[in-house]
Amino acid sequence: MAAVETSESAVKSSIDTASEPIIRMTGVHKWYGQFHVLKNINLNVQPRERIVICGPSGSGKSTMIRCINRLEEHQQGEIVVDGVEMTGNLKNIEAVRSEVGMVFQHFNLFPHMSILDNCTYGPIWVRHMPKKEAEDRAMHYLERVRIPEQANKFPGQLSGGQQQRVAIARSLCMDPKIMLFDEPTSALDPEMIKEVLETMVELAETGMTMLCVTHEMGFARTVADRVIFMDFGQIIEENEPNEFFSNAQNERTQLFLSQILH
Amino acid sequence: MTTQDQAVQSYAPGEHPDLPAPMLTSGPLFWIKENLFSSWLNVVLTVLTMLLLWAVIPPLLSWAFVDSVFTAADRNECRELGSGACWAFISERFTFFIYAFYPAGERWRVNLAFILMILALVPLLYDKTPYRKYGLIYACFFPVLAYWLLLGGFGLKEVETHTFGGVMLNLVIGVTGIACSLPIGILLALGRQSNMPVVRMLCVVFIEFFRGVPLITILFVASTMLSYFLPPGSEFDLLLRVLIMVTLFSAAYMAEVVRGGLQAIPKGQYEASDSMGLKYWQSMRLIVLPQALKISIPGIVNTFIGLFKDTTLVLIIGLLDLLGLGRSALADSKWNGLSTEIYMSVAIFFFICCFGMSRYSLYLERKLETGHAR
Repeated sequence: MAAVETSESAVKSSIDTASEPIIRMTGVHKWYGQFHVLKNINLNVQPRERIVICGPSGSGKSTMIRCINRLEEHQQGEIVVDGVEMTGNLKNIEAVRSEVGMVFQHFNLFPHMSILDNCTYGPIWVRHMPKKEAEDRAMHYLERVRIPEQANKFPGQLSGGQQQRVAIARSLCMDPKIMLFDEPTSALDPEMIKEVLETMVELAETGMTMLCVTHEMGFARTVADRVIFMDFGQIIEENEPNEFFSNAQNERTQLFLSQILH
Repeated sequence: MTTQDQAVQSYAPGEHPDLPAPMLTSGPLFWIKENLFSSWLNVVLTVLTMLLLWAVIPPLLSWAFVDSVFTAADRNECRELGSGACWAFISERFTFFIYAFYPAGERWRVNLAFILMILALVPLLYDKTPYRKYGLIYACFFPVLAYWLLLGGFGLKEVETHTFGGVMLNLVIGVTGIACSLPIGILLALGRQSNMPVVRMLCVVFIEFFRGVPLITILFVASTMLSYFLPPGSEFDLLLRVLIMVTLFSAAYMAEVVRGGLQAIPKGQYEASDSMGLKYWQSMRLIVLPQALKISIPGIVNTFIGLFKDTTLVLIIGLLDLLGLGRSALADSKWNGLSTEIYMSVAIFFFICCFGMSRYSLYLERKLETGHAR
């Protein structure tokens, strides 16, 4: 127990709560046609902070993190990422997107390119990095996710867990300041979930700012600084993980937790 | 050791030797049994097919090769020499069918342009060509070279386009159409998916117009109507008009084929390339189009083949392509009544070209295969 506390205090001390938040969402609303998906979302994320977002399906959690790199457009409110406000300005959007890595539920690797090319195209075309340097960097991150030997294969030849780890490496090659994970393990078999989660835990230990939409509560307990519960397009409750799991305040949260924690 | 002993004998896990498969479950005999005689219906069909082939092939071969005549002065001499095909007619007209009215002294230019075209195609079609990069740069300049060689100017004797005809005309229209319609078609397909309403509208109107009007009508427009719209006295080459119209016509078809491919690309691919910060044209060029075009290869080649065969339609506005020359050659009283030979030669020419394209597309599809599913 003591060990847990020290590690937690170490984590807390690494977050500089006084500094300017790296993501600031103020009064964000979004509609799909007439359907009101996000209702008055207010969320500040500090640099190096790890946030897990959970909630029932259709609660707007994916939509919320997709608004951060503007894969979805919000209609009201303000989202500021790394000092840049997300508006229709394409230059700003591209600048923010190159700083924000994203990992998808279905990996979305590029099937017509080798694993190595998947990892080098971003740095080469967006960062104008020389090919050799991009390849060295790609191999570095592929080693970190422990699949360097697959570099010359194509995505179709890899297992789901391997593909998702490549997707993580691909995002890391862009040297992002923030990583967004949109249900990274929900399309995977149980044994592959573990290998992907391990990679994510290791990434968390390096101090990456992370926002994860996931139902992996074990992961939330180990790495999250804050757990956010969303329902009906609103943030219902947020707390640090121990409090969140043992002492949920809201009735909706309690019900949700009782259903997924068995 | 008897078979029964073998069946009884047990092996440690992994120690069981690989035994040969039983007869008639693999090999050529198996193939024959499985594909030709697997059921009574199949047996009947096989026998009928054999009979049909036997009835058709030998007479055709003897007509085309055994009893045929390759050198003769006219039809009557052909008749005396053999009862089969009179290829002498074709061989007498051979150069005419290829170059038509192109000045005899300048025909080396057509040959050179053809050889240069082959040289440009090799690096374009085979990615293992040595020095492919330079080959591709050369391929970009080939159209200029070909234009200069075929039409003259800058030191070469100028040749009017109305002397173009025969195989050469088919190739000029076909190759230009193919080379230009693909990029235009891709742009139209992207435009049709654009977020900008004006661009989208323009592309839709263009595509629907050119797809909705028969090519012959468009060619008539090219040959007659266009001169009404152009300022009086302006010279606008007929062949050039035809080239433009044929290109736009097949670009409209191409656009729809490519759009089909674009729609097959999962939304996640766009999202992944967007989330990396790739710009629109980058993500189209690097991520979306390579996949969309790969899916569209059968449709694209289909359109190419259709376009190439449609080059014979220029006959209607008085340009004499291979088919046109063949038809006019039939009027020659010296070689009366040899339409079978003419049409068969024309058919063989088109078949070789189109079959070649079709095989290449299959090769390309296999080469681009990168493992199952996306």
